[in-house]
Amino acid sequence: MEPIITVENMTAQYGEHVVLDRLNFEINPGEIFVILGGSGCGKSTLLKHMIGLYKPASGDIRIGDVSMVNAEGAERDALIRRFGVMYQSGALFGSMTLLENICLPLEEFTSLEKEARELTACMKLSLVGLSEFAHHMPSEISGGMKKRAAIARAMALDPEILFLDEPSAGLDPVTADELDDLIIQLSRSLNITFVIVTHELPSIYKVADRVIMLDARTQKIVAEGDPEKLKENHEDQWVRNFFNRQGAGA
Amino acid sequence: MPESKFQASVETSIQNGRLHLRVNGHLDAERVAKLWPKTSDALKTKHLTSVSVDASKIIYCDGAGTALLIMIRRTGRRLDIPVEFVGMPDDVSAMLDLYPPENIGRVPVAKPKRLEDLVGLIGQTFCGVLVGFKEHVAFLGELFVALFRSFLHPKSIRAKDFFVVVEASGPQALPIVGILGFLIGLIIAFQGATLMRQFGAEIYIADSSGLLMTRELGPLITAILVAGRTGSAFAAEIGTMKVNEEIDALTTMGLDPVRFLVIPRIIAASLMTPLLTVFANLAGIAGGAVVMLSMDYPLVTYVNRLMEALGPADYLSGLVKALVFGILIASSGCLCGLKTGEGASAVGHSATRAVVSSILLIVLSDGIFAVLFFYLGI
Repeated sequence: MEPIITVENMTAQYGEHVVLDRLNFEINPGEIFVILGGSGCGKSTLLKHMIGLYKPASGDIRIGDVSMVNAEGAERDALIRRFGVMYQSGALFGSMTLLENICLPLEEFTSLEKEARELTACMKLSLVGLSEFAHHMPSEISGGMKKRAAIARAMALDPEILFLDEPSAGLDPVTADELDDLIIQLSRSLNITFVIVTHELPSIYKVADRVIMLDARTQKIVAEGDPEKLKENHEDQWVRNFFNRQGAGA
Repeated sequence: MPESKFQASVETSIQNGRLHLRVNGHLDAERVAKLWPKTSDALKTKHLTSVSVDASKIIYCDGAGTALLIMIRRTGRRLDIPVEFVGMPDDVSAMLDLYPPENIGRVPVAKPKRLEDLVGLIGQTFCGVLVGFKEHVAFLGELFVALFRSFLHPKSIRAKDFFVVVEASGPQALPIVGILGFLIGLIIAFQGATLMRQFGAEIYIADSSGLLMTRELGPLITAILVAGRTGSAFAAEIGTMKVNEEIDALTTMGLDPVRFLVIPRIIAASLMTPLLTVFANLAGIAGGAVVMLSMDYPLVTYVNRLMEALGPADYLSGLVKALVFGILIASSGCLCGLKTGEGASAVGHSATRAVVSSILLIVLSDGIFAVLFFYLGI
């Protein structure tokens, strides 16, 4: 199977400070792939490089066989339309209703007429269970609803890949669990590839097909694979402790 | 992702009231945009009894393609006629199953705007103005109590924050206040000169420029500038703090946001506005001098005339007004900031509201001062 995302020898740094050092990994189509690690290990930095907000200091990131680092102009626009992003806060536009938020990318990037755009947006809202809140403003809904609406907006243009930054952060366990169910359902029914940045262990065990774990000490990937297996069998005590939620002294 | 070389089409035919739709090809957003009007028009045909959709030639179907099929299904439900999908590929059928009609149908329709809403809106706006005025009066009361406490305990004012606000609202505003004051003084003198020249009374330009600048235009222009610069900045800054829950953090730490944030700004603005007014007055008088010099009057004549025309009451009345304007601008900016709602747009609304209400209050209080000074003989 050809990987949908390839990260090759990627180094990320802020000024002289290296955050991620020569990372190599691949993500397969349809996979739920989780990037995890302790606070400050560079999870969000890696995500921002993968979605093209930052350029790596060296190395390459490819979506399919197109380089995210070198793509420019129309090629980059086409590349960006292949994925959607859900930001940690949801990042919904506060001056628009949920329906308008989802209609915005359809309005800007397709020539669909208004009825078609609104129906498509309603479908996305129904997928995340927010049909009844189509005309609500983001300020009128809860944090969990904002995240679901943000997923609906990220899916507006039917992307192949969805990047989610800390989807469960700040949610109560029940809402977080419902969001995990939604991710699994969308992945299975629409065959979307999910790349999720999180350190919420219950979510990781529930949704992840495969994880990579970043280490702030070495700026490298310290573990890769099935989270359940890593929890039991990884050679590094620190990794096992992380998956078992145990401190360094345990 | 389908490539653009793929095609899609909709073929329509009607037999005995039954609409036959044959949907073919790659149904992605680009192609669905072209098929939608034709499909929609076909469904508007009068006296339809049923719809049959041959979907066997659909090769690819994304969200927009599914929306097209759902639109056909939904139109059938609305017209109360049966819709039959024939030969639908399994993957397309699975996509359609994700969107049960009852879920899509649950989207509430946005309420259309009516005349009653407009009348209601006018009433709400009027009530909003009254409530806003009441809130401002109450806030000013709270403010004066807090100011009194701060004067009793001067160390409670955070000196560092105070001087940062003083610098931003005072010295940094000098260039724009100076330029505007100079130009206004120049224009007044020039307009006056064209009129007075007919009567050989150009020397009285000094009287008119001096009186207008010190009593009226100096404080007014400065206040409007301070409202635009400083009042909006106060509202945006405090509004952003409100959105970021920093105000809540202050409250839960036991720190009074009025003492912590509002008092330094009120004192800074009420001190800086009169000082900026003095600068605007001087710049305006200098503008008048340029006009007089251009008319071959020596500078000393202009200055002597000014000294005769202006008394201490003229300077002081302008400075008292500037002090009050400063308090009104700062309190308005801070109040609007503290009342900020949620989201980035709320901060923008607060800044706009701060400027508009400040200017309104400046003009209202200027009118009150005019009447007051008239009866006091100042």
